[in-house]
Amino acid sequence: MNGADIMVKCLEAEGVKDIFGYPGVAIAPFFNSVLDSDINSILVRTEQSAAHAASGYTRGFNTELPGVCAVTSGPGATNLITGIATAYADSIPLVCITGQVNSELLGSDVFQEADITGACESFVKYSYLIKDVDDIPRVFKEAFYVASSGRKGPVLIDVPIDIQQASVKSFKYPDSVEMRTYKPTVKGNMVQMKKVIKELEKCKRPIICAGGGVLLSKGKFELLTFAEKHGIPVVTTMMGLGVIPTEHKLCYGMVGNNGKLYANKAMNDADLIIMAGARVADRAVSQPDLITKNKVMVHIDVDPCEIGKNAGPTIPLVGDIRSIFDDLNTMEYENDYSEWIGTLNEYKINYVRKRNPNPDYVDPAAFIRMLSGEMKKDAIYIADVGQNQIWSCDNVCIKEGKFMTTGGMGTMGYSIPAAIGCKKRRPERQVVAVCGDGAFQMSMCELATARQHGIPVKIVVLTNGYLGMVREYQHFTYQDKYSVVDLSGNPDLEKLSSAYDIGYIRVNNMKEAEKAIKKFLKDDENCIMEVIIDPMDIVK
Amino acid sequence: MKRIYSVLVENRSGVLMKVAGLFSRRCFNIDSLAVGETDDPKVSLITIVSSGDERTIEQIEKQLNKKLDIIKVKTFEEDRCINRELMLVKVKYNRNNRRDIMENCEIMGATIVDMSNSQMLIQVCDTPERTSLFLKMLKGISIIEVARTGTLALQKCMETDK
Repeated sequence: MNGADIMVKCLEAEGVKDIFGYPGVAIAPFFNSVLDSDINSILVRTEQSAAHAASGYTRGFNTELPGVCAVTSGPGATNLITGIATAYADSIPLVCITGQVNSELLGSDVFQEADITGACESFVKYSYLIKDVDDIPRVFKEAFYVASSGRKGPVLIDVPIDIQQASVKSFKYPDSVEMRTYKPTVKGNMVQMKKVIKELEKCKRPIICAGGGVLLSKGKFELLTFAEKHGIPVVTTMMGLGVIPTEHKLCYGMVGNNGKLYANKAMNDADLIIMAGARVADRAVSQPDLITKNKVMVHIDVDPCEIGKNAGPTIPLVGDIRSIFDDLNTMEYENDYSEWIGTLNEYKINYVRKRNPNPDYVDPAAFIRMLSGEMKKDAIYIADVGQNQIWSCDNVCIKEGKFMTTGGMGTMGYSIPAAIGCKKRRPERQVVAVCGDGAFQMSMCELATARQHGIPVKIVVLTNGYLGMVREYQHFTYQDKYSVVDLSGNPDLEKLSSAYDIGYIRVNNMKEAEKAIKKFLKDDENCIMEVIIDPMDIVK
Repeated sequence: MKRIYSVLVENRSGVLMKVAGLFSRRCFNIDSLAVGETDDPKVSLITIVSSGDERTIEQIEKQLNKKLDIIKVKTFEEDRCINRELMLVKVKYNRNNRRDIMENCEIMGATIVDMSNSQMLIQVCDTPERTSLFLKMLKGISIIEVARTGTLALQKCMETDK
C-alpha cells in the first residue's frame, strides 16, 4: 500500500463515488490507485471545468457531500484556480486534490512546480500541503469536515508525488475530527431568537430576504414553513433563487439591481428585514445604509464575519439557517400582516415589463419563461454568466427543482461543466444549462466529456454574436463605442453538434419556440438548442 | 483608532503569511508586527498593531477568528496593556559627541551593547513611543542603521486577574 492508495481509501471512507479530474505525472500515482477502486473518474477537457463540475455535482444534491476534483501540479493546479475561486465566492464545498513535485525538490522551481497552496490562500477555506504520508487520513478527514461544515467552501490538498508513492503499512480512517481552532456555530442564540420574535410581534411590514446560505444549509423547508405559518413575504437574492417556488403566493421575486422592481420596493418599504444566509453584497443591495435605516434588520448567517460587514444589523444571529428556523418554528406569536401583503400584491400586479422585443428574433425573456415552464417540475436549471444569467434570473419559473448559477464570482463558462457534474449526481433529473455564445465557447470542449461519459445534458445557447452584457454596458456607458465584444468567428453550432454527434435544434423566432422546446426536452439525450436573439437586445 | 491584536496561532509554516495576507487582501493596515514562540512550542504569538475605524477593527477580529490556524484572538486598546519594543541603533561617534550620546542613553535607560573606535550599538527596550522619542533625540548624530522588533504586548495583570 502506498500514499495514493490511502488517498483513495479516504475518499471511499467519505462515500465519494465520482471525481472529476485531469491527470499528469505528479498526480499519476493517485489516478493509478483510483482505477483499482470503485470510484469513477471523469476526465474533463480543461482543469477549470473539473472544479465547476464538482461544484455542480455537490449542488445537485444539496451540497451534502463535497464535490471532489483532482489535477496535476503546475499548470494543472493553476488552471483549477478559477474554479476554486468560483466555489469560494459561492460557498460551495469542494475538496480539490493537486499533485505536487517531489517534496525534496519543493521550492527549487523544478518542472511543473507551482506554489498552489500559496496561490490559493485567499480563496480557499483551508489548504494542506502534505509532507508526511502518515498525515493523509487526518488531512482528508479534516478537509471533508471543513469543506462541508460552517460556511461551506473549497479545501485544497496538495500532495507531492513522493508522498503518494511512499509505502504505508496500514490504514485507519479517523472517526472524528479534532481541530481546536475550528468550531463553527450551529445553534442560534435563544436570547437573540426571542428578540426576533418580539420584533415580529410588533412590526407591520416584515420581509424575509433569502440568500444562497438557505440552500447550502438545506433550510429551505424550515424557512418556508416559518414564512407560511406567519404569512411573511419572501424575496431572494440571485443565489437564493429556488428557496421559494416562483409561483408561491408569498414569493416576491429577486432583489438587487438586476432584480424585480417590486422586490426592491418591498425591501425598502419593510419595517423589518430578516436577512437569511445573504451577505448583503453590492449587486443585491446597492445601498446597504438604506435597508437598515428606520427598520429592524435581523441578520442570520453561519459566518459571523458577514454580519455587520456590509450593513449593521439590529439583531445579529449567528448559526445554521436550518437549525435557527427549526427553533423559530417552535416559538409562537400572533400578528396579522395581510394589509402589507395586500400592498405587495398591488406592487406585483401593477408591475409592467418594460421590454420591447424585436419580433424578428426570439425574445429571450419570454423564451426562458416558456422553457422553464415546460421543464419538469423537479428539473435543474443552470444559468451561465452574462445577459443570459440576468434574463434567466428575471424570468425563470422554478417549481420543485433547483436553480444554479455563480452569483458570487460570475465566472463565464460555468454552466456546461456544472450541468455535467450535476447530471452525473442526479441522472434522474432533467438538467438544462443556459448560456450565451460567449460563455458557451469558454466551455464547449466539455461537450466531449458529456459524450465520453454518457452524461446527457441539455444546453441552450442564446446566440447574439456579442459578449452581450459588456456590449450593453458599452452601449450605455460609452455611447455604442463597442470595444472587443464582437464574436464574429463563432463556429457553426449545427456543424459543431454534428461533429460531437449531439442533437441540434435552432430557434429563429418566437413562433418556432414552443415546438422546439418540446422537442428539445422530450428525451434524455444530449442536445444543443441554439436560440437566435437580437444582437442589440438589452436585459431590461 | 489604534488597536493591538494578540493572536495565538498554530506554530506551522505558512501561518504568518496567512495572517499577513488577510490584512493586505482586505486592505487593513499593519502598523507593526512581531512574532515569537510561546511557552508551548506548538503555539506562536503574533502581536499586530493596526488602526482603522470601529467597523474595520471589528471585521479584522472576526476575519482573524475565521482563519483555521488561529487559536485565539485578543484585542485591546493601548492603555489596557503593557507594550514594549526593542530597538537597536548603530551610530557613528567621535570625541565631541560621545559624551552627549552616553548622556542620552542614560536619561532614556538605553544601554550601549557594542562598540568600536568609531561606532556604537545602542539597545533600547521601552514603549514604542519612547523608542521613537529616543530616535528623535539622536537627531544630528549620524545613524548607520536601525532595527526595531515591532510592538509586543500583554494585557495588564489587573485586566486578566478578575
